[in-house]
Amino acid sequence: MISHSSASQEYLKDTATAARHDETFYGVRHKRDVISRSLPEWEDLREAASRIKEHTLENLSYYLTQFEEKALENGAKVLWAKDAEEYNKIVYEILSGKGIDKVVKSKSMLTEECHLNDFLEERGIQVVESDLGERILQMMKLAPSHVVMPALHIHKEDIGDCFREKISGTENNNDPTYLTHVARMHLREKFLEAGAGITGANFGIAATGEVVVCTNEGNADMSTAMPPLHIVSMGIEKVIPDQYSLAIFHRLLARSATGQPTTAFTSHFRGPVPGKEMYIILVDNGRSEFLKNPEHWKTLKCIRCGACMNTCPVYRRSSGYSYSYFIPGPIGINLSMLHNPKSNSGNVAACSLCCSCDNVCPVKVDLSTQIYKWRQQLDSFGTASKEKKLISNVMKTIFNHPNLYTNLLRISPLLNILPTNIGLNPWAYGHKMMHFPKKSFHQLWKEKKV
Amino acid sequence: MKIGLFIPCYVDALYPEVGVSTYKLLTSLGLEVDYPEKQTCCGQPMGNAGFQDMAKPLAKNYAKLFDGFDYVVAPSASCTAYVRHFYPQLSGNSPHICEVAGRTVDLVEFLHDILKVEKLPARFPHKVSVHNSCHGVRELGLAAPSERNVPPYNKVIDLLKLVDGITVVEPQRKDECCGFGGMFSIEEKAVSCQMGLDKLKRHAETGAEFVTGPDSSCLMHLEGIAKKEGIDMKFIHLAQILSSGL
Repeated sequence: MISHSSASQEYLKDTATAARHDETFYGVRHKRDVISRSLPEWEDLREAASRIKEHTLENLSYYLTQFEEKALENGAKVLWAKDAEEYNKIVYEILSGKGIDKVVKSKSMLTEECHLNDFLEERGIQVVESDLGERILQMMKLAPSHVVMPALHIHKEDIGDCFREKISGTENNNDPTYLTHVARMHLREKFLEAGAGITGANFGIAATGEVVVCTNEGNADMSTAMPPLHIVSMGIEKVIPDQYSLAIFHRLLARSATGQPTTAFTSHFRGPVPGKEMYIILVDNGRSEFLKNPEHWKTLKCIRCGACMNTCPVYRRSSGYSYSYFIPGPIGINLSMLHNPKSNSGNVAACSLCCSCDNVCPVKVDLSTQIYKWRQQLDSFGTASKEKKLISNVMKTIFNHPNLYTNLLRISPLLNILPTNIGLNPWAYGHKMMHFPKKSFHQLWKEKKV
Repeated sequence: MKIGLFIPCYVDALYPEVGVSTYKLLTSLGLEVDYPEKQTCCGQPMGNAGFQDMAKPLAKNYAKLFDGFDYVVAPSASCTAYVRHFYPQLSGNSPHICEVAGRTVDLVEFLHDILKVEKLPARFPHKVSVHNSCHGVRELGLAAPSERNVPPYNKVIDLLKLVDGITVVEPQRKDECCGFGGMFSIEEKAVSCQMGLDKLKRHAETGAEFVTGPDSSCLMHLEGIAKKEGIDMKFIHLAQILSSGL
């Protein structure tokens, strides 16, 4: 397992790329700040959204049952998947049962979580991502680096090269408008050929049984308008009580995510179009277990806006690929620990506990507190940093013995003459060593020189 | 009013002048100030590193040492925040520890909110860039966090405005983390130092001679990087500026 710290050290060697990454995502954070200030009720909206999420999670079975009932009434078929494996199989069986070998997909983090694309492609079903960023990554065989802007870290020159290699007729032109046009034409064919469209779900409304998908490209609509079959993949934590609640979340989501007043498209799917079919798959994949975790269940409030990544000074300077989980940044650290703490412990150090994420989160997930709590558990998983454990133990001995502490203070100036640029000294990596004064405050006090 | 002075370990060892300034400032305001000598560290370094159990005896000792004071005042927002916000859960909500922790305040809070000082005999004819430390802003509320849609305020700047001759500025991204974060700066040294360097450049861009703030820990990190990179900048704790006339 490569830890975040070593991966980010490698990433930061290319200072120009790293600086551009930081500026780009700070720009998104800034847009969020500006637009959030245009709503005087902003902080009240956050509080309301937080409470609605907590209420819904505390009564999840009630709302899920209601959602299922209403969705069935609307003519959708509702299936439940306990984990990623079962989910992938369900999707495959629906598709193969109908002889479908080409699907288009709008952006869904849940399908990434379950590795649906690989599962289907291994079984001969072609999956085409229809979100532009996701399509670029799919052609480049790369994973997303962010939940909302998955390919924002990729430069237009590289996208141009990729298109020229994969899409015949692409000209030697890296103008973003031109490249978007190329992708648009290329995707048009895919929408026409597909036997099914798969979408995620930003919200599932219990009172009406409808699914709400927010996109900026209209690709959820394109993915579902032509094919005769629509499969919705929805994590069970995505259910909200009613359309009044949606109004709260809808005002927060795009503003938090990209600084827009709303996404360009907000698509409400309430049952199949006559003559077509709609399946809704409700996926657990650990969520009902996470809900039982008294310290970490609130992580499930997340609406995947990505604002915590944009504001995180560590994410901005290390990029999504420095984290071991496909969702990076503060929420990714927490989700990765819920899903697999042992293999994702290397992310937990990637936080200076600056608490900025807590203050942008539209549903008030206490992200930094949760990271602090995960750190307390690392030793029990056997994944705590040996270096930090040693330093902590030394500190414990010194600080719990005031006499030892004051004696060490007296001799601390001796540290000034030690050689500092030895590899074992991590402080010397980027700092000149601090200078210990002749007398500590303790000593000055004792000598009545304060 | 009886004040217990809490001088955090690294201030004690590395920046005794910050402790001296704090003491002078408080006594000049007519307060009775004592410094219990058995104090060491609040335990935050171990807690943030993932070993808060090791800090539990420190919380107990802290409550014992500072029993009977009207307030415990520390020239460190981050250590104050750890005591006030983390000691309750660290001690299983022990009423005694919660009570002492609740009376622990950072110097800025004490001067601004409790004493409500309106003038200081301080003079500092220099341009200073304010370092809004994360725990000061987001855990103690010393300023309105840039993320929040709340009316702007800044208690550090309010106090600095009482100083004669001073010019106060803030850097771009005024409350972005400098990257210290305790042992974060050791385990995540590359990111930590990049954050520090970026912060330092933004402070330097203001044209200020000094960077000041309520936390010597951030200043220590920035100073170490400045010296290594050869960036000409001076660092001074807020208490030293506020006590500059004494």
